Amino acid sequence: MKHTVETVPAPLPPDDYFMMGDEASAEGAIAAGCNFFAGYPITPSSELMVRMVHRLKETNGSFIQMEDEIGSISALIGASWAGARPMTTTSGPGLSLMMEGIGYAAMTEAPLVVVDIQRAGPSTGQATRPGSGDIFQVRFGSHSDYEIIALSPWSVQEAYDLTIDAFNLAEAYRVPTFVLADESIGHLREKVTIGETVERWHRPTAPGMPPFDTDDENGVPPMPAFGQGERLLVTGSTHDARGFRKTQDSAAHQRLVGRLVGKIRNAAEKIARYETYSLEDAEILVVAYGFSARAALEAISELRRDGVKAGLFRPLTLWPFPEAGLKLAAKSVERVFVPEMNWGQVVREVERILHRDVVPITQVDGEGMRPQSIIDGVRGRAGMNS
Amino acid sequence: MSRQLYPHLRLDVFPTPYCTGCGHGILLGAMVRAMDEAGLDWDKTLFVSGIGCAAWIPSPHFNADTLHTTHGRPIAFATGARLANPGLNVVVVSGDGDLTAIGGNHLIHAARRNIRITVVCANNRVYGMTGGQVAPTTPEGCFTQTSPWGGEEPPFDLCRLVMGAGGAFVARHTVFQVRQLIKTLTRALTFDGFAFVEAVSPCPTHYGKLNDTPTLADFHNQMKGQYVDRRRYDRMNPEEQADKIPTGVWIKAADTITPPIDKGSSFIPPSSGLGSSSNPPSAGQGNSSNPPLRSRGGQRGGI
Ligand SMILES: Cc1ncc(C[n+]2csc(CCOP(=O)(O)OP(=O)(O)O)c2C)c(N)n1
Ligand code: SF4
Ligand SMILES: [Mg+2]
Repeated sequence: MKHTVETVPAPLPPDDYFMMGDEASAEGAIAAGCNFFAGYPITPSSELMVRMVHRLKETNGSFIQMEDEIGSISALIGASWAGARPMTTTSGPGLSLMMEGIGYAAMTEAPLVVVDIQRAGPSTGQATRPGSGDIFQVRFGSHSDYEIIALSPWSVQEAYDLTIDAFNLAEAYRVPTFVLADESIGHLREKVTIGETVERWHRPTAPGMPPFDTDDENGVPPMPAFGQGERLLVTGSTHDARGFRKTQDSAAHQRLVGRLVGKIRNAAEKIARYETYSLEDAEILVVAYGFSARAALEAISELRRDGVKAGLFRPLTLWPFPEAGLKLAAKSVERVFVPEMNWGQVVREVERILHRDVVPITQVDGEGMRPQSIIDGVRGRAGMNS
Repeated sequence: MSRQLYPHLRLDVFPTPYCTGCGHGILLGAMVRAMDEAGLDWDKTLFVSGIGCAAWIPSPHFNADTLHTTHGRPIAFATGARLANPGLNVVVVSGDGDLTAIGGNHLIHAARRNIRITVVCANNRVYGMTGGQVAPTTPEGCFTQTSPWGGEEPPFDLCRLVMGAGGAFVARHTVFQVRQLIKTLTRALTFDGFAFVEAVSPCPTHYGKLNDTPTLADFHNQMKGQYVDRRRYDRMNPEEQADKIPTGVWIKAADTITPPIDKGSSFIPPSSGLGSSSNPPSAGQGNSSNPPLRSRGGQRGGI
């Protein structure tokens, strides 16, 4: 079923503000109508949580610091089913702890938003340094088949805008949605322009209708809340349209999981977003996202000054990946490069979509991507540069 | 059970999947009667459970909102639901493994916070659903699949654990003390704060089979000597107390109970699907180019 749309005045007076990415994400959440936050402190996401404690007090929402990230994601799901628009924020290690809950949220189709401010390295790594190592974790971290949506901001402005979009997409598709920022954006301070109004999408509702199946071709059933007399049966076990456990019924299993995956895959091109720069005559295509895309934009103009016809493809949604847009962008280029602050993650997706060799440019030194790393990579002077 | 209570059950899913002699069925009945005694509105009550045989007590049997969660996490889910909508009565029903092993952290923190939820732990002193492995509640020396020579670890006393964590209302009965159990559950359901009830419940299939109590009657005989009213227990000397377990209710003195944390929340969820009204602008921000920030929170460098 289709979501409903509401337009409200932006909670912050329309103006230009100067703030940190983490703070802009918090403001985006408040603008999107977030009224529940549960979290556990972790660098570099804590500033976002700290801002939420104040802003939710001011806006009559609920805030709780839980005992761990497993508790946080669990509390979000409970709140989501109680009718709230919930959010948490974390970084790699916390995200790892949330994985079972994320699978549960996908299985029970509970809208919620996780802002992941990525940091460098596996395990505790370098807590205060940027990285983009969670691309696959958000997508495949929980067991078995499911889909999520993940957005990647490249500026503080987008930390605000994409957090709003994340709430809307989570509600419209009843799916856990991620803002995959990194420390470079989370701790960056720059201008944010707040507009007059904010559009809020709300999960579809239809009292009395089954909450776990639909004939609607978009595959999104209506979602009631606890306390409305619907006598809901919510379970992470395989279930039928009304929520009764069907743990031995293969048709029910196939139908449910097929719909969970299908409702996102079938809408992928609708959800997917990207931007392109200097593609018209490009012979070299750089595919970059998040903070790396800023460096890539600088790199392509530098390369062009030197006569290299370089262009940029910037996905705003990493999951689902803008496949059609990428294919179009890569159609007549000679080589494709993917600079990343990891040892090569999105590059695999790009290779899969384009069916051709793609050159990874990896900068894994706990620093934000440098334009020079990309320039060197494109000129073939550096492949694995750490 | 009186027919008047039938509307609160999803009769089409009965009989329960429980083994013959399982104590969880007795607890199921006691819960329904206690809900009735307490006079709570079933349509404003959310039952949350984890994973295990015990977690099936409310889901799908109770004709109310039920949230059958991941293993060990029902209290954390319940915390979110209760904070988001303080108009809901939130009742957790789950097993000893679920609530005190994998989920032990959430249990002690909910008790410490004094969040206004009721937690009922069906303690069969074993992991029933997975085939009878040792639990943190298995008495020393008892046999399970994973303690084939008798458990070597001392078990938790769940009531003392929750009291130690600050639990305001703590109680224990066996399912054989069904009248007291219903009375205590009724009080727990209406208690204004965190309430914990341990319902000691036999698992004849796994625990009983390996520990010489293969039937419900065997459990009854064994438990009636071992579980004694706390007033009687308190009068015993340490030697007599050694193999006994006290039952009853322990409530903190009123002046030592901190107010439940969700008292002040006023967020009411949408009933129409339209969210809460737009958030008012925060106080004192004027038109300055900096957004309101009461505290900077700019600490860098943690781990
Ligand atoms: C994360 C996770 N680990 C393990 C399991 C397997 N598991 C299912 S039920 C259960 C034990 C349940 O024991 P208890 O809570 O005491 O309930 P009982 O069956 O004894 O009533 C376990 C370990 C699981 N479902 N999820
Ligand atoms: S295995 Fe044990 S706890 Fe589970 S239903 Fe059977 S008797 Fe009850
Ligand atoms: Mg058990």
